[in-house]
Amino acid sequence: MKRSRWRLPLRFAVLGYLALLVILPVSTVFYRAFQHGLGTAWDAITSTDALHALWLTFLVAAIAVPLNTVFGVGVSLILARHRFPGAWLLDALVDIPLAISPVVIGLALILVYGHTGWFGSWLNTHHITVIYAVPGIVMASAAVSLPYVVREVLPVLQEIGTEQEQAARTLGAGPFTVFRRITLPNIRRGLAYGVTLTTARVLGEFGAVAIVSGAVAGKTETLTLFIADSIDSLDTQSAYVGAVALCLAALIVLTLLTVTDRKRDDWHKEVA
Amino acid sequence: MSIRVTSISKRFGDAVALDDVSLEVESGSLTALLGPSGGGKSTLLRIIAGLDRPDSGTVHIEGEDLTDAPARQRGVGFCFQHYAPFRHLTVRRNIAFGLEIRHRPKAEVKARVDELLELVGLAHLAERYPSQLSGGQRQRMALARALAIEPKVLLLDEPFGALDAQVRTQLRRWLRDLHDTLHVTTVLVTHDQEEAMEVADRLAIINQGRLEQVGTPADMYDHPANEFVMTFLGPATRLDGEWVRPHDLVVHRFEDGKPTTAAVEGTVSRVTHLGFEVKVDVELAKGDECWVQLSRGSALELGLEAGQRVWVARADASTPSRSPMLSA
Amino acid sequence: MTDVGATVGDLGLPGAPPAPAGSRPEQRRWHRRPPTGPHPALAAAGRMAARIGGPALAVTYLSLLVLLPLAALATNAFSGGWGAFWRAITQPEAVAALELTLGISAAVAAVNSVAGLAIAWVLVRDDFRGKTLVSAVIDLPFALPTIVAGLTLLALYGPNSPFHVDLAGTRLGIGVALAFVTLPFCVRSVQPVLAELDAETEEAASSLGASRRQVMGRVILPSLLPAVLAGAGLAFARAVGEYGSIVLISGNIPFKTEVASSWIFSLSQSDALPAASAVSVVLVTIALFVLIVIGWARRRFNVPETV
Repeated sequence: MKRSRWRLPLRFAVLGYLALLVILPVSTVFYRAFQHGLGTAWDAITSTDALHALWLTFLVAAIAVPLNTVFGVGVSLILARHRFPGAWLLDALVDIPLAISPVVIGLALILVYGHTGWFGSWLNTHHITVIYAVPGIVMASAAVSLPYVVREVLPVLQEIGTEQEQAARTLGAGPFTVFRRITLPNIRRGLAYGVTLTTARVLGEFGAVAIVSGAVAGKTETLTLFIADSIDSLDTQSAYVGAVALCLAALIVLTLLTVTDRKRDDWHKEVA
Repeated sequence: MSIRVTSISKRFGDAVALDDVSLEVESGSLTALLGPSGGGKSTLLRIIAGLDRPDSGTVHIEGEDLTDAPARQRGVGFCFQHYAPFRHLTVRRNIAFGLEIRHRPKAEVKARVDELLELVGLAHLAERYPSQLSGGQRQRMALARALAIEPKVLLLDEPFGALDAQVRTQLRRWLRDLHDTLHVTTVLVTHDQEEAMEVADRLAIINQGRLEQVGTPADMYDHPANEFVMTFLGPATRLDGEWVRPHDLVVHRFEDGKPTTAAVEGTVSRVTHLGFEVKVDVELAKGDECWVQLSRGSALELGLEAGQRVWVARADASTPSRSPMLSA
Repeated sequence: MTDVGATVGDLGLPGAPPAPAGSRPEQRRWHRRPPTGPHPALAAAGRMAARIGGPALAVTYLSLLVLLPLAALATNAFSGGWGAFWRAITQPEAVAALELTLGISAAVAAVNSVAGLAIAWVLVRDDFRGKTLVSAVIDLPFALPTIVAGLTLLALYGPNSPFHVDLAGTRLGIGVALAFVTLPFCVRSVQPVLAELDAETEEAASSLGASRRQVMGRVILPSLLPAVLAGAGLAFARAVGEYGSIVLISGNIPFKTEVASSWIFSLSQSDALPAASAVSVVLVTIALFVLIVIGWARRRFNVPETV
């Protein structure tokens, strides 16, 4: 593309599109959050409701992400190392949450675990509340972020093949040793990328959680719901500050994503 | 003159790729640009094609100065080492590409493509995709594609480099036959001297950006212009400070006396039997080493062994190169 | 007399196994037993458990979170029979919401396919300082929570916009939000394919006489078509279900800016669950259908891999 007369115009058009669409909006949030000074911002983020929202968001992530990680690695191993009828179906089913609106996922969960749901009476008898409580939020978050680890780890497993693992077995290693010393180090990068995506999704989930939690401030509000609630109650300060907190989390996520992206090396080829 | 390059020089950063290279290629001939890897031959070929531009010098094709013309206006057919197939097109559409972009009528395109498919022996694979072909088949497709536009010259960049030995030998023969049928001026780049000598009418040896020598294979083998050409084109060894072909040397038993005034005394260090040929390593009196290539008969007759003292001399009319017993 | 048993092992070298009495030195040096593992029967049982237990566990998890809920959704949608289902989805507000959603999502997918291609092109073929930063910015919508995305867009293009551009309550506002959220899909699906394209292929086309436009149209773009379609499909599926980024800027005005997911949400809040399920089923079916069609189209335009 050295001498093409389209190069510069294209570059500026692209940068312009990105600026309008991405960079400007995000900077505005930061500006608005600290517009009235650090003190006001700090007060907003340390209010009881805000703190609870922070705590709840963190708790949900701490449960949902490991669950999906274990599931993701397990399913990847199963799909990559074993052939069985219906393997293609399992693969497709894992991808379902990507095609379904989070609102629909939340609704579907209510229909199973709500008071009038399929398991409703059973849950009632055992005094377990899922919907409009923390377990429901955890389930909703796990459901929407289900595919990410599998989608990142499975291709890696398929690509590296079984030779190294077979070699390890001939040397006397048992299955757990093989996993720990051979498989795991090889999938580390893809796994890190997948876990980061999962975490980002869980932190940022809104639609499914909105339906499932009942959004009671101070009790079942995650940070995302807190932001929406604040806007509704015209407390824009709290909303922007909450958004900043999530933006910072997103920036950390982005950095991790860029660093662990295994395809990164291909993308930054030098121009011929 | 079909192709005439004059004083072509090219640098890539600090590295000199070509240094004042001038070459003429005769119409209808098959010329090989031969030389070690990285020597500049591919660069020269690409400059002729218009895919790279020289820092200085000119390129004339059929009398026309095309130095500044872009590749697509030069009417050259170029074949890449890795074939550069259009992966999303079938073999037929690949070959037809040059004609389709010139908006030739459909019937004409079909006729020409069919003709070419027959010529390169790919008619039964016309609807396949390049990824479904073997390396040799892809190369033939690339050739057909380049020939479709009836180029003035055909340029081949290490066409057989990526193929395994057996396919390579077959295709070499096939290319020569094709050239003898079509008579398109062809320039071929290769680092394989055996391939160049077998296929080409003329060789141009390029080393480190410089043209070392141009001539017919036989000429260049027998009368190399310098040490590099001598050692690159065939086996060579040194006698008395001069380079000579091992099969142009003779060995006499020490007891038989010095055969010529220029003969050198030495001791056999090793005798290796390679079927019909025998390789004799000799340590010469002054401490140098050389090796002599003898026929099995001569070696048997001389009864050479390691440690034996011998005379080594150049074979010429005055010195019998074999024993009187074996001569006619 | 030297004791045969006094050998390597007695030298105290680390790692050397103790020499069994009476064995020859050479044998002792190289005779190593494999590391001890679990008892064979236990190991076999463990393997069996993993073989069956593993997939069973995975399927259970999947069922609890996704499969059962979806089944419940489908059942609930038809709990009042086909009549109730039909009434729910032909309700004017439902039809308006679905039409709006599908229309805007398709438009956004189309626009972002082109934008994504252009962005990928610049990322792969152009070189300038800060390119890595730009690449990271592309992923921002991916990492940002949807509600924050909605908030930022509202801040910039809403009532208090510094540009005095008020898109709140407009369809364009929804489009911008969806474009924001789906951009990464369109870029990242094309980028690796573009990076893989061989420069030689373009040179070959040039040498055969193709102009720059012909090279683009006949060689480059056709090779990218499957990837562009893939990105468009993902973008569409995501846009159709999007909620968080739209809810703030759209205002959820019925018949004007109320998307399907908002309508489903309000139905669920007013306890009209079967109706909500019915509309959900339609939405899911359409999204899945489009994904299948795109998958078919990709396979059709993609060239076969090596035989």
